[in-house]
Amino acid sequence: MEIVLIGLSHKTATVELRERVAFTAEQACQAADQLRSRGILEETLVLSTCNRSELYGVPSEIAINSSGAVELFLASFHQLAPGELDSSLYRHRDAHAVRHLFRVAGGLDSMLLGEAEILGQLREAYRIALDHGATGPVLNRMFQSALEVGKRIRSETEVGTRPVSVAFAGVKLAERIFGKLDTHSALIIGAGATSEQVVRHLCDRGIKQLRVLNRTARHAEDLASRFGGQAAPWESLESALEWPDLIVTSVAGSDPVLTRPMLERAMANRGNRTLLLIDLGVPRNVAANADGLYNTYLYNIDDLTEIVEQNKKAREAEIPRAEVIIEEQIEKFMHWQAGVAAGAVVGDLRAKLAGEREVFLRERLASMSHLSEQDRAQIGTLLEEFVDRVVLNPAERLRGIPELRRKLQNLEAVRDLFRLDRDKP
Amino acid sequence: MMNLYVLATLILYVASFALYIWNLREPSKNVGLGATGCLIAGLVLHYCALLDRSRMIHAVPYDDVYGSLSLFAWLLAATYLGLEAIHRRRSVGPFVLPIVISVFLLAHASRVPSVKPPPAQGPLFAFHVTLNILAYSAFALSFVLSVIFLIQDRRLREHKLGIVGWRFPALDVLERMTRSSVLVGCASLALGMTAGFIWAHRLLGRYWDGDPKVIITVLILAIYIAYTFLARTAAWRGARASILCTLNFMFVIFSYSIVNRYLSHFHRYF
Repeated sequence: MEIVLIGLSHKTATVELRERVAFTAEQACQAADQLRSRGILEETLVLSTCNRSELYGVPSEIAINSSGAVELFLASFHQLAPGELDSSLYRHRDAHAVRHLFRVAGGLDSMLLGEAEILGQLREAYRIALDHGATGPVLNRMFQSALEVGKRIRSETEVGTRPVSVAFAGVKLAERIFGKLDTHSALIIGAGATSEQVVRHLCDRGIKQLRVLNRTARHAEDLASRFGGQAAPWESLESALEWPDLIVTSVAGSDPVLTRPMLERAMANRGNRTLLLIDLGVPRNVAANADGLYNTYLYNIDDLTEIVEQNKKAREAEIPRAEVIIEEQIEKFMHWQAGVAAGAVVGDLRAKLAGEREVFLRERLASMSHLSEQDRAQIGTLLEEFVDRVVLNPAERLRGIPELRRKLQNLEAVRDLFRLDRDKP
Repeated sequence: MMNLYVLATLILYVASFALYIWNLREPSKNVGLGATGCLIAGLVLHYCALLDRSRMIHAVPYDDVYGSLSLFAWLLAATYLGLEAIHRRRSVGPFVLPIVISVFLLAHASRVPSVKPPPAQGPLFAFHVTLNILAYSAFALSFVLSVIFLIQDRRLREHKLGIVGWRFPALDVLERMTRSSVLVGCASLALGMTAGFIWAHRLLGRYWDGDPKVIITVLILAIYIAYTFLARTAAWRGARASILCTLNFMFVIFSYSIVNRYLSHFHRYF
């Protein structure tokens, strides 16, 4: 049971080409049907995201050069000239294909190292293929293992935990000060794209209360309404500072929006409750001399960018730990797969020997008319026991002991030795 | 000579400390569970060692460095374990375990005094001693938490969180943990002192005899109660409250060392 993988990703193909080779859910099902009906693959799964299109499959027994056939199919399915994809495709087989999938699941092959979205996309691709009946035992096991790998890497390493975007770094910083955000409040000053990113992360982290202030009230109302917050008039800026635990500013303007005296008054009115100020504006929205106020923590865009850079390096440093998990899971999967393959060989061998025994007995016992039916049955039983002892017991050991399989290296040799044709019962 | 319980306890505490550090550097569920598991096992064996001593002297072990410090180390580890279970945070472990191990070593490295019944015994007295040492353990824990708060506060202020900074509990959580510890300490100390006053009345016919140990203990209770109020006020909340909590613990150390050793009349454990 081979596994093949043909695909392209942001590492090998331009965005234009990736767009042309992308699959919708419906197309993924169509492709699976066609690959199976043409006898190219027995099991199929299409993983298609904005950064990659990959086709995983288990070739049918009769397929010759399945990888080449899949490549041709991929080009024709997307109406591309044969050979147009050649330089952009990667091709992996067996353990290499499994390793690639596990790396994808762990976010190690992503554009943003350790990003979590890919695991959800992988789960969805698997669900679609499973519901459509396109997968079989091998791909089911392989993708279930991949999902486990993804979860383990995210829970046992820090590949995906540290924020690597400025907006998310600000929100994670808030969690370092306030803990869980579901009992805390945030004030967003500005309603542009950066503010929206922060609001999105804050909502994901369960912020309890959210208020948006903007010079153009309509934009504040729009942003607040989309995320279940409240909009407040720009004129209420100073009084609004007394209320939140976290203030994020991202507005255009040459003068600071928040000055030290404003913040001093706000801190006095709020009883020195801890305040985190995240200034994402360029030029800065919070006066530089506001830094150092008691119980306030001020971070500007440069501070957060520095944190992001440190976190990127820290994520990279976690790769070896993630690789260890991947190798562990590959070992488990390959062990399982080899066990299944050996099981199939043992099954075929048992059937073959049972047939041979019947023919042998019929031929030899034909001339021994003096034997009773009981004697014949007993001879049959003895022969069956003998075959079991000599051939089938070792074969069962072969199925159970990985070391034996490693020594044999290629189970196909056993097939050839006993003439166990795949296409014959 | 160290008995088997003590040696095994020490090994488990050291293993727990090593695993807590490992978990802080490279967080892992299994390593974290291993650290907590070793601590629990260490606590059980440490309890057996204390029980051994108690059986021999027919009282709570308090009358010497050996018993008093060992009980303190045990209660500190137990209080920390309770805090870890409530707040589900292991990142404080690497800071608490060195104190537990140091106190434990200090207790057991000294010559084990000969077994003799201490001058005071009985359930009320045991209650008095245990609760007071529990209070000191809780205050020690609040000290560690305050120090971590101050380190983390400084790192956040200087924008230098570093690798470990992302793994410490949030400032808010550290504040709550500190307040919980101080509350446990104050409640234990108040109850322990009450038990002590009643016991003194039974023994001496009066509640108060002006012993410096009693005076400093009342002072400790007062400053920690003051902390719990001040920590919620506008002027003190945050880093100032943590500095206050750290300074308060100096009084505990003074009481536990100088007062016990040189000043007290009948609270002279060693």
